[in-house]
Parts: sequence; C-alpha cells; structure tokens
Amino acid sequence: MSGTFVGMPAFPVAAREAVGDGTLRANLRHATHTIRAKRANAVAEVSDWAALREAGKQIKDHTLRRLDDYLVQLEEAVTAAGGVVHWAADADEANRIVTALVKETGESEVVKVKSMATQEIGLNEALEAEGIRAYETDLAELIVQLGKDRPSHILVPAIHRNRGEIRDIFAREMGEWGRAAPEGLTDTPAELAEAARLHLREKFLRAKVGISGANFMVAETGTLVVVESEGNGRMCLTLPETLISVVGIEKIVPTWRDLEVFLQTLPRSSTAERMNPYTSTWTGTSDGDGPRVFHLVLLDNGRTDTLADEVGRQALRCIRCSACLNVCPVYERAGGHAYGSVYPGPIGAILSPQLRGTASEIDASLPYASSLCGACYEVCPVAIDIPEVLVHLRERIAEGGEVTREGNKVVLRPAKGHAAERAAMRAARWAFARPGVLRAGQRLASRTRRLHPRSLPGPGRAWSATRDLPPVPAEPFRDWWQRTNGGKDGAK
Amino acid sequence: MSSRERILGRVRRALADVPRDDTPYERAVERAYLREHGGLGVEATVDLLAENLADYRAIVHRATEEELPAVIMRLLAEHGSPYVLVPPGLPPEWLSAGGPTRVDDRAESTPAELDGVASVVTGCAVAIAETGTIVLDGGPEQGRRRITLIPDHHICVVRVPDQVVASVPQALGRLDPARPLTWISGPSATSDIELDRVEGVHGPRTLEVVLVGGE
Repeated sequence: MSGTFVGMPAFPVAAREAVGDGTLRANLRHATHTIRAKRANAVAEVSDWAALREAGKQIKDHTLRRLDDYLVQLEEAVTAAGGVVHWAADADEANRIVTALVKETGESEVVKVKSMATQEIGLNEALEAEGIRAYETDLAELIVQLGKDRPSHILVPAIHRNRGEIRDIFAREMGEWGRAAPEGLTDTPAELAEAARLHLREKFLRAKVGISGANFMVAETGTLVVVESEGNGRMCLTLPETLISVVGIEKIVPTWRDLEVFLQTLPRSSTAERMNPYTSTWTGTSDGDGPRVFHLVLLDNGRTDTLADEVGRQALRCIRCSACLNVCPVYERAGGHAYGSVYPGPIGAILSPQLRGTASEIDASLPYASSLCGACYEVCPVAIDIPEVLVHLRERIAEGGEVTREGNKVVLRPAKGHAAERAAMRAARWAFARPGVLRAGQRLASRTRRLHPRSLPGPGRAWSATRDLPPVPAEPFRDWWQRTNGGKDGAK
Repeated sequence: MSSRERILGRVRRALADVPRDDTPYERAVERAYLREHGGLGVEATVDLLAENLADYRAIVHRATEEELPAVIMRLLAEHGSPYVLVPPGLPPEWLSAGGPTRVDDRAESTPAELDGVASVVTGCAVAIAETGTIVLDGGPEQGRRRITLIPDHHICVVRVPDQVVASVPQALGRLDPARPLTWISGPSATSDIELDRVEGVHGPRTLEVVLVGGE
C-alpha cells in the first residue's frame, strides 16, 4: 500500500487523541447512530436476508478459490468488448500505468469517481507529482480534498465533519479549485449539495479523462459495475472520452446473475436504501455512447498475499459497504483517522495489516483495535468473521509465524512487547496440564484474596490499566464440587 | 516476467492449500434466496412500484395511452422548460400534444449543449417494483446515457404492466449486459452530510415517472 499514512502512531496513541476531541465524538456518534437504525430496517424488509448473505459469501469464496481462472476470463471478455487490460502488482506500478495513460491523452486534469482502490494506492498524489490535477467529485471526497484532510470512513470519507464545518470548508476553499461557493452559503445539507453541484458541473462538462474504481467485475461478460448516489459517477463514466478504472483483483464475480445477490445486499448494508439512486454497468466501449477508450487496471497490491492466509483470506470477500464501521463501538469513539489507513474500522483492522504487512507500529497494533464484541460479523453482508481474523492476526503478531509478502513466504519473529503475555500463556499451559498444580494454585489464590492488588505490578501494569482484575472466589469451584458432591448434598 | 504472470503466479501459489474443485458453477453456490418477495399479483406489483418510487422522491403519475401526450405536455409546462431533449426513437405521439421546442439528441451534441436543455423525456427497459428502480439500456426510446443525466428534469414513461418486474433477480434476467445500463432509483441524492439523505446533487433533481397502460 501507499505511504499516505506513513509515520502514523500506533492505534492506542492515535485513538486516545481522537477520544479527547468532543466535536469529533459527537459527529461520529450522530452519524453512526443515524445509519444503524436505518440499516436494520432496510435489512428487516427482506425476509431472505440470511440466504442472500450466505449466497454472497459462497459466491465470493468460490471466486477466490479460482481467482486465476476468473481473472483470465475477465481479461478476455473486457478485451473482446473493446477495453484494454493492464496488470499492476503494487501501488507504484498502478500509479505509473495510470499516469502514463493520462499523459497519452495530452490532458492535465482528470475527474474521479470515489474509489477505495485509488485512495489505497495514493493515485492523486502520484498524478499531482506529474503535473496532473485529479478532481474528486463525490461530495464527501470533495470535502476531504478541499479540507486537505484524510478520509475517515469507507462510504462517507468526511463523516468526521458536521454541516457547519463543511460550510466553512466550502466557503473558504472552493474558489481556489474553481467556481467559488455561493455568497451567504448556509449549513443546510440541501444548500451544501447545491454548492457542490455548481462547483463541479463545469469540471464534468469539460472533462476528457475519467478515473473510477468498480464495485464488481463480471468475469463471463467483462461488465464493470459502479454503485453510487449523486450522479457524479455517471458523469465521470459517460462524459469523458477516456475512462480508466483501477480495480482490486478480488472484485470479480463469475456471472451476470451473481449481481442479483449483491445489488440487494450492498445498498441495504451501505446507505440503508432499498436501492442506491444510480447504478452504472458497462462492458468495454459502446458505439456513440460514453468513452471511446476504456482501460482496466487490475490491482494486486497485497491482495495475493492476503489470499495466501487460510484464515485471513476471507477479508477479500469484503464489498466495502461499511456496515461494520457503523456498528463498531471502537470506531464510534476513536474515529477513522486513528486506523492510519484508507480502510478504517473493523474491516480495516483485518485488511490493512494483511495488505501492508505488520512491519509498522500502526499495522501491528490494528488487530488489537477491537473489543471482539462481534457486532461487525453480525452485520457483514458477506459474513466475514472479523473477530476470528483479528484473533488470528493477534496470535501471528505475538507468536510470529509464516506469512506471504509480495508473493514470497517469510517468517515473522514474535513482536517485542508481548514477552510477558507469552510467558503468562506458557505458565497457564503448564498449569492447566497438571491438575495437582492447578488445584494448589487455586487454593492459594482463594486464601490470599484479601491481599490481591487492584492492578498488576511490573509488565502486567499496561494490561490491567484498562481492565478490572476478576475477583477470586472464596472457595475454588473444584473444592466446592468435591465438598458438596456436585451440589447434590444441597449444601451451599 | 510480466506483472500479469507475476500476479497469476502469486494467486496460484496462494491457493496451494485449496483442493481443486470442478463442481460446475450452477451447483457451486447455494441460492436459497427468493426470486421475488411476496408473490404479488400484477396490479399489486405496479402499485408497489409506484409506492417505492414515491418513497425515494420520484413523482409518480398514471395515464392511459390516450392521456399520455397531454400528461407529458402538462409536466413540461409545469416545469417551465422552453426545450425538451428527446432520444432518437421516442414515439412521436408522446409529444404530439405540443409544448416546448424539441431538441433531438445527435452524436455531435456536446455536454455543454445538453446542459442548456432543462427537460428530457424517455422510455425505459424495465422497472423493478420492490426497489422502486427504473433501468435504462440505451434503446431507441432512451438514447445515450448522458441525455438522462445532464438535464435537471427527467420524465420517464414506464409501460405497465409489461415493463414491470417484481424483483432485482427478475430484472437482471431481462437485461443484456452487453448494453450500457443505468439503474435509477429516485432523483440523485447523497448521504454524505452526517449520513442523512438529501435529494438533488449532480443528476436530475426532479424525476417524474409516468406509468402508462390500461383503459
């Protein structure tokens, strides 16, 4: 992944700062609670939700198990329909390909549809370095771009901003990028949306190059799908002469029919709508309608490394709906920036450390950015067991082990700072395997319970700083069982 | 080695633990979900379409074939449009009641020219009742994708019940993936400000759907 977030402190440090920001917490609480209830209603409307979720999971799993075949099939179909397919092993290669394609057109500006993949590779910065200006056209991306900010949510990158802040950013910055905000702009959402409409329209009408991602790619037909709300996607996909789509290799579904599952589950999970306002599908190029040139850049950038992990590969089922962010108690309090990645929240906590590896402080801390409450798994429309992957990644970080990086197997050493945890686990393993030792230990703990401190000394202090130690009972369970004959004697 | 070979090689190595499974795709995925929800009759399905369109702020009208030209003329007049954009194969009788000046979409029409036209009238390929969606496939009554995008007022005629299906799975079965498709559910909208839905961003801010059919 790109270096956009290089130098991020570990999650606990970043989160502590965010939690202290009252405005941020209020904004996040308001937004996530608004969408939570709506999503629940939208899901409750369809009686076969569980079956749709299971089918979505199976379609994605099946595709991943034969990803090589489907990639080749997709390439053939896109090529046959008039598109050109490029392959990018990492972010740098993808950026080089896109930059060269834009330069070939002779243009120095592009309009962009909101796309996680291009965020992930830091495409805007790479284009800027080559003198090409990329205009974000999704409302929330525009807010982030104008505010010189970072995205903090998958669906609504400016979720950390309230309407008053958005008004200020528009009034202050729009003039720098093009048409200025109307005089006397207020903070009503309708007026803010109108300001964005006016500001971007001139850019859409003159744009010669559009850049997008895609929500789905259909292997059998070579069709790409973009799901959106505002119409900015339609503008970028149909008005320019050249369209470049950068898409992660895991976005494939085998057949046209498979869309019947995801076009039901994605909008309801994402914006809590029966259907999002606009969905565009296109297959290569069409005579007289839309771009004359279509390029598809297939992006790996850590996805095949993720695929190599038997437990972690399920993260590649993700359809980027963001339902897991909206229900997560940790995300609600810490906000998206603390995750140090364009993929925040529970899915980010399992995706970023797999796509980027766990060499950096932030990536090594992400699997711990969770209380393992399981709400993310409950709402996931493709049933990714996020808690399972979190625990798996924690074990990997604490114990070390084999992982794949850039296609090569490497052995990770156990992380520093987990020595006390490992020692405690070793001791526990030893004691649990020896009933006599366990009994003696439990009795000792019970008899000395008045002397126990409220927090642990030494290396255990950090652990007990955020947790209460469990109270030790006056009598160990095993002693009680023996004394009362398993409770049959009626004695207390 | 090309990046294509590199990526495909990485995929194959990553899947070394996965046993080869040659189950045909039709049987590989369990599709226990419903083909449609509710099993409504024809009339109730059309009513549901009207209800769901209106729920996402499309304005719904009903008309017979005979009434249609007058309804379209009235809607254009109410919007105050001096010009109306029409796709190449729009049935001429739809605009036979007069009204604003017709602007025919031509291949050489630039986006800026289209921006000067306030309204557009089209047909559709299929409409989905359960989600309140109309789908355009670029057929002669619908035209290029851009003509239903740039004008601020879109009047879409749906033939009921022929063009109406209950569900998303049924709609996909009727559509040709080789054609560029636009699925429209209400006027353009955004949830980007505090995750609250607001109608009206870049696409048409007024979507009027005329359900035409019956006596």
